Order: sequence, then C-alpha cells, then structure tokens
Amino acid sequence: MKALVFERNVARFLAARAVSRLGSGRAAGIGPLRLADVEPPELPGEGWVHVRPLLSGICGSDLATIDGQSSRYFEELVSFPFVPGHEVVGTLEGPARSAMGSSLEAGTRVVLEPVLACAARGIDPPCSACAQGNTGACERVAFGHLRPGLQTGYCADVGGGWSTAGIAAHSSQLHAVPDHLSDNDAVTVEPLACAIHAVMSAGLREDDLVGIVGAGTLGLATVAAISTLSADGYIPAPRATLVGGRYAHQRHFAEELGATAVFPEDQLARAIRRHCGSKVIGGPSLRGSVGSRLSSGADIVFDCVGSAGSIEASLAMTRPRGRLVLVGMPGRVHLDLAPLWHREIALVGSYAYGIEPGGRHAFDLAFEVAARCRAGRLVSATYPIDRFEEAIAHAGAAGRRGAIKITFDLRGAPNRQGGRQ
Amino acid sequence: MTPRPGLVMEVDGSTPPLLFWNGEGFRLERLPEGTRVVYAPEPLAPLADPIAAIRHALEHPVGDMEPLSALLRPGMRLTICFDDVSLPLPPMRSPDVRQLVIEQVLELAAEAGVDDVVLIAALALHRRMTEPELRHALGDRIYDAFAPHGLLTQHDAEDPEGLVHLGRTEQGEDVEINRRAAESDLVVYVNITLVTMDGGHKSIATGLASYRSLRHHHNPHTMRHSRSFMDAPASELHSSNWRMGRLIAESGIRVFQIETTLNTDTFPAQFGFLQRREWEWTLRDRATYAATAAALDRMPARLARQIFHAIRAPQAMLSVQAGEVEAVHERAIASVWRQQGVAVEGQTDVLTMGLPYICPYNVNSIMNPILVACLGLGYFFNLYRGKPLVREGGVLILRHPTRPEFHPGHHPSYIDFYEQVLTQTTDPIEMHKVYEESFATDPWYVHLYRTGHAYHGVHPFYMWYWCAHALEHLGRVIVLGGNPSAVRRMGFSPASTLQDALEMATDVVGPSPTITHLHAPPLLMADVS
Repeated sequence: MKALVFERNVARFLAARAVSRLGSGRAAGIGPLRLADVEPPELPGEGWVHVRPLLSGICGSDLATIDGQSSRYFEELVSFPFVPGHEVVGTLEGPARSAMGSSLEAGTRVVLEPVLACAARGIDPPCSACAQGNTGACERVAFGHLRPGLQTGYCADVGGGWSTAGIAAHSSQLHAVPDHLSDNDAVTVEPLACAIHAVMSAGLREDDLVGIVGAGTLGLATVAAISTLSADGYIPAPRATLVGGRYAHQRHFAEELGATAVFPEDQLARAIRRHCGSKVIGGPSLRGSVGSRLSSGADIVFDCVGSAGSIEASLAMTRPRGRLVLVGMPGRVHLDLAPLWHREIALVGSYAYGIEPGGRHAFDLAFEVAARCRAGRLVSATYPIDRFEEAIAHAGAAGRRGAIKITFDLRGAPNRQGGRQ
Repeated sequence: MTPRPGLVMEVDGSTPPLLFWNGEGFRLERLPEGTRVVYAPEPLAPLADPIAAIRHALEHPVGDMEPLSALLRPGMRLTICFDDVSLPLPPMRSPDVRQLVIEQVLELAAEAGVDDVVLIAALALHRRMTEPELRHALGDRIYDAFAPHGLLTQHDAEDPEGLVHLGRTEQGEDVEINRRAAESDLVVYVNITLVTMDGGHKSIATGLASYRSLRHHHNPHTMRHSRSFMDAPASELHSSNWRMGRLIAESGIRVFQIETTLNTDTFPAQFGFLQRREWEWTLRDRATYAATAAALDRMPARLARQIFHAIRAPQAMLSVQAGEVEAVHERAIASVWRQQGVAVEGQTDVLTMGLPYICPYNVNSIMNPILVACLGLGYFFNLYRGKPLVREGGVLILRHPTRPEFHPGHHPSYIDFYEQVLTQTTDPIEMHKVYEESFATDPWYVHLYRTGHAYHGVHPFYMWYWCAHALEHLGRVIVLGGNPSAVRRMGFSPASTLQDALEMATDVVGPSPTITHLHAPPLLMADVS
C-alpha cells in the first residue's frame, strides 16, 4: 500500500523552499514528500478504528508545508514522518462510535474531524476547551499517548488521508456522511466546518457589512457559510457580503454561493468603500494613486488568504473597531500594525471548529451547508496518489488553472483484503 | 486659396489606404471599394482682427440686449463665467479665445468703474481646472489679478451655500444654479461653441447647475430623445436646457452671452497630414506619417499620451457674437455649420470611425473605456442632423485601443462604475434606476470633486447615457483593436482587423453592406438627407 510520507529532511526542505518561490506546488518532487510503501498505522487503543480514504483534499496548509513555507510555530506541534491529508471522506473498516455518540457499522462513510484533541490522546479529564466541545482549542495537542500532531495529517502515529493504507481514527473524529451527499460533497465538509466556525464566532450582527478577501476554497466556504447560516437563522443576516477574488471562475462561484457582489481582488476595497460610504485616507490626487486605507470600512473582514499582503489589505478595509478574522493560515509575516492599534481593530485567528454558538457541532452544520450549496462542485480535479506531483502542482496553481479544490482519489486503491473499493 | 468644402468620396481601386485614428496613434486601412468617406471641410479663414471683432460684438449685441458698456456701472456685481477645460479640443494655442474675450470685458468693466468682479469656471460636474489650465485659458494677467484674491472661482455643484434654487420649469425641472451668478447684476458668459451642441442656454443651465438640476436632462430618457443632441431643435437635452434658461431669465438674472466659434485648423504643422486627404499627401506627409506612426507604436502608451496632450491646436476664432442668449446662439450655430457641415445623402449599413486620443473629459488625462464609448457612441455617432449616418439596426465599427486604464485622480468613480456597474448591466435605464443615486451622493466622490480634481461621482453615468441613443439605434458595436475584455465589458464586440470587423458586421446587416467612414477629426457635422 502506498502513502505520501513527509519526512524531516533539512536539505530537501530547503530545496523545496527555494523551488516553491517559482510557484506553489512545484516542489513536490524534490521536497521532503515521497511516495512510499507503508503498512496501515497501528490502532493506538480502544475507541480507534481504521478509516479507508475515498477522497482526500489538498489544502492550503498542506501546500505551505510541502513548499517549506509554513511557520516554524508548528515544529513542536507535528511529529515526523507523517502522512499528510486531513480533508478526508472515507469508509470505516470496522464498527465504531461517532463523535456524536451514535453507533456506526463497518463500511459507513465518514468524514474525519482531524483535530487530535484530548479524547483521541487519551487525556482524562480533558482540558477545559475540550470539556466544552471546543476541540479546535485543545490545550494538549502535543501530549497524551500520541506523539505531537495538531491534526491527523501531521501526526506520525495515525497516518493521513494521502494514503491507500488507511488512517487510524478515534471515535471522537468520526462523523457519518448522510446518504444524500456525494463523496465530492463530503470531502468539502472539513473546510466548510472551518468556515462555519470562523463565521459563527465572528460576532456578526444584523446589517453588518462583510468583506471576504480571497475566493479559493476557504473564501468560497466562508461565502457559503454566511449565506446558508443566515438564511437558516443561525446567524444574523449581513447587509452585504462583498467578495474579492483574483480569478473569474472564483468570482463566479462566489456569486453562485450567495455573495452580494464579487470583484477582482484589487477592487474589493473600492467596493467596500462604496457600500459603507467611506472616504479614503490619502485619497487620489493628481500626483498619487488611490490611497491604501479607508476612513471607515467593513464591519467584519474574513481574510481567507493569510499572506502579509492580504492581511494588510484586510486591515485597510476594516472599519475602526471592526473585526478582522484570519481564516487562511498565515505564516511569518511582516506587517505594519499601526492601523490595527489606531483603529482598534480586533484581529482574531480562526482555526478548526467544535461546538459552535447555539450548541451545534460545526461538522453537523457543514453537512447541511454542503448539501444546500452542492459544495461538491468545488472539487475541480482528482488524481490517483501516484500522480501526486501533478496533483500538487495543480493545487498550487489552482486559481490560474481554473480550479478550486484538488483531491486525491483513492477509491480505486486495493483494500486491506486485496479487493478494490 | 479658398478653403474647400467637405466631401463625400467613394473609394475605388485607386484610393490609397485611409487614415483611422487609433487613440494615441493611427492606422492606415484599406476600405472596400464603394465605401463612402466623409471628409471635413477645410479650415475657414479666421477673423483677421479678433480683438476688434470682440469689441464690435460687445458694443453691437444681437437680440434684445444693450451694448455691454451700457450695462456696466459702478457698484454693480459683475460675474464673468467661462467654459472649462473640456473646450476647445485640443486645447488651442495661446492666447485662448476666453482670454481674448475676457480681457475686453474686463477693460470695459474697468472703464465703467465696476470693481465687484468675480470669474467662475462653469464646470458643472466636471473636474476643477488646475492652475496651469486656468492660466492657459485666461492668461497670466487675468489669473494673477483675480486668483490670489479669491475672485477666480470654480463652480461647485455640491456647495449648498453656493447654490440657489430658482424654481421649477413648467415640466417640473428644478433650476438650481450658482448663487454668485444668480445674485449678480449681470452675468457675462464667455463660451466656445466648438460643436453645435455647445452654448445657448446650456451654458448656464448646465455649466452653473447642481446635480439636482442636471439630473432632469442628463438621463437616459432625455438622451434617447435627443436625435441628435448636436441638433438643438431635435434634442430633448436642449429643450430642457432652454426651458431652464428661460426660467433663469424670468427670474431676473441678466445674462450677456458671448459665443465664439473656431475654425477646424486642428493640428500643428508636424501633424499636417492629419488635416489633408490621403490621396493628396505629399512625399513629406507620407514620410512624416510613417515615422510618427512607427514611433508611436514603439513608445509606451504613457509617453505617447504625453506627446498628444501637449498638442496645442492652431485653430483660430471664426466668429464672435454677443448679446441675448438665443439670438447669439443662433448665429454661433450658423457659423459652426458653415465650418463643419457636410451634406450626406442617405444612411449606411455600417459606419466606421477611428477615435482619437482626446474627448472633452480627458484633457491632460487618460481616455478610459467609458470615455471611448462616449466619444464614439455619444459624440461621433451624434455628429448628424436629420438622420444618423448609420441606419437603425446598423453596425458601428470604432477603432481605438480601449485599454482598461483610468486616471485615479480625475476619474475615481469611473473605476468603480467600470468594476461595479458595467459588470452588472450595460442598460442605461437599469443603471439609472439602481446605481445612479448612490454614486451621485457618495460622500467620497463629493469630497474629491470639491477638493481635488475629480469628476463628480455621477459623471460616468452621464457618459454612458450619452451613448443611450446609439445603443438603442445600433444592431452591434464592434471595437477594432480594442482590449477584448474591456470591449466585452461594455457589451461590444472586439475585432482585430478591419476585415474581421466587416465580416462580423455582415452577421447583423447582411452581405454586401453599404459602408461609410467618418473621417474625423477634424470635426464635421453630417447633414444627412
């Protein structure tokens, strides 16, 4: 059985880092990632079961890791070698209990909630965050009977989604997929849950003006979350949701998923300015070009990119005392925080998910959103695992190549009994 | 030699390739045999002594009006308004006619002991003029005498204290104009009637008005019913302005109108080939064309723009008339027709034209795609009296690079119009209903209009409305050599060669269409029978 294994290898890491400057995803062949023959991961104990991946997505954080661009912050939160892949829909290889406590039979389709929190780590009593269902905020992701790893896909003990050998999954990570959802729909549930968590914890108020920077998978998931959850009354309805996306197909999807209006990314600030009746600090003059900062701005901006440029642009379009939510994973960035200080903007991170305000689990809501939005259409291409270099290059250039989500398709891979799924 | 009148020439086997303007450049295109080409008349001889002519006009006014010297008295409030940077095109060599006229008016005012004199640039919702532009229009002497004392002002259509509502016309149109002008004992308006649309009551009713007033005639309905807006009797735009102008007169505001007209000596000697018919080009013309076209093609657009915007036209005063607004305007229009009129028999299936680098709204600026549309479908399409040159359902082929470039300081709301409105609709009525007011009242645009050099927030809408008649009339608009995405954004079709464009046109008008090429500038007015 095959898996893509990411090893600690400084030389390859540095090579990947250098090559990725030419474009994200180009370093898959020379970096620390390699296709290897592997055995299925050992089940760490009671409550664990093997999950056979059907589809496994390639996420922005995976690309950052492969490109050698992810933050050193994560060094102590991962363990090597690991098999990437945390956006997973798969089938149970044995009976199990779900995260919600229901019994699941072998063969049940499940989506993995990848966070390896206290329950999965055998830590009892759980930390205060886990006790309240906020597994994304688990305080023990480097402790317990597992080696460090904030999620499946970054932990040496449990495998990952980019593998035909399966994943060791704890019952706290299992969510049964409703029958009416396709595999494509299901593989988007994890990023949808991230977006739902970001949206539900953003403190959105009735009539707020919302800006979304970036219209890749996370940006589009955020649009879908806002439009669906507000229509269903889970969150107040914003006055308008304005989205900036670099590519035409991204803007098309954003519009279809319920954005009020969509714009090329460099026009979003102008659009927000128009909607909020703001002025521009250092506005256009005969000598200068358009100023970089709105005098007012959106009430909430979701930065779904996570680069220095996107954060700076987001800060410039958030109103004083507004909120800037980092949905996209940032790395080490150089930023001028004077506007943050002066305008008293709340800059908040949004990682993972859990029991959301209102008492429902983000994955529960994500299944609803995925069904309503037919989120499977965001899956633009699937690749077999042995074409991983092409797959990762495609994911790294998704926008340019007219794609949104690239996944590995593991459905044709032989199972542990030698048959094919 | 007597200047030759305009000409409609038919292309035959011996006709050389003809010049098409292409923004900041040119192209020679070979048109199919049988194509009609409409050439402008040659420039008429200007007034030999313009100063004397001005003084004569001021002392011998037309219509029901006393000589200017009789209207001037000590202690009175005199306001002199003048056309802004949008006229003439290209900017003329110094001294500008506004300077010549205003110097004479000021001399008479000084002789009469008038010391409360204010100058107002009547810019409506256009951008404010810069100091160099004002100095060019008025001359240093006037500028230095008035500007440092705050007596040279620019109309501010967004200054609530600076406007006065005079009432409503019988059709309910608000008439709100500049307070200083309204409260003056005499308003002298110094106008340049470059084309037949300019002047008359439009000078004050538009040039000194507010958005509240302008919206009554700058809208899709009015523009669709102005056929054309270059022909005042057939123009709803002018009917509305005339109603307003008469209300202004009835409210007791005394206007002494001075309208000047210019000949069409448009380009300086180094661009002399632009004034001549191609088959009459000398060897020197051909060499100059080849060298200029090649150099322009190679240089960055920005540099080419700088070169063209530095052009100062040698055009000179053809006539000056002063007195009562309507009587003055009638004579000015007759003068423009004498210079620009060309009789054309019948309409055509396909009309072609090359668009130059300049229109009234990008002087010293960038011709953005909306202005390209306005110049082609607004101005040039409407250069007719009687019937449009192109038949209903016909095709208009424009040549222009149509780059999606904008001057951020001059045209900030154009950028948003391009990105936020044209992406949603190109229907003038729809955008009027849904978007206009939010742009017109946007506080940032208002701020930039009042304090910077930006066109008013609503201005791009007006530019699009100016296309409304053409958009309704035409079966298709093809932009030759234009940026495909910008062209498509505006609902037009891009073509890379004239042959492609003509082939595309046959999809709409059928095979073997009649073709007419409008060979302008220099400007002309087609009198289509």
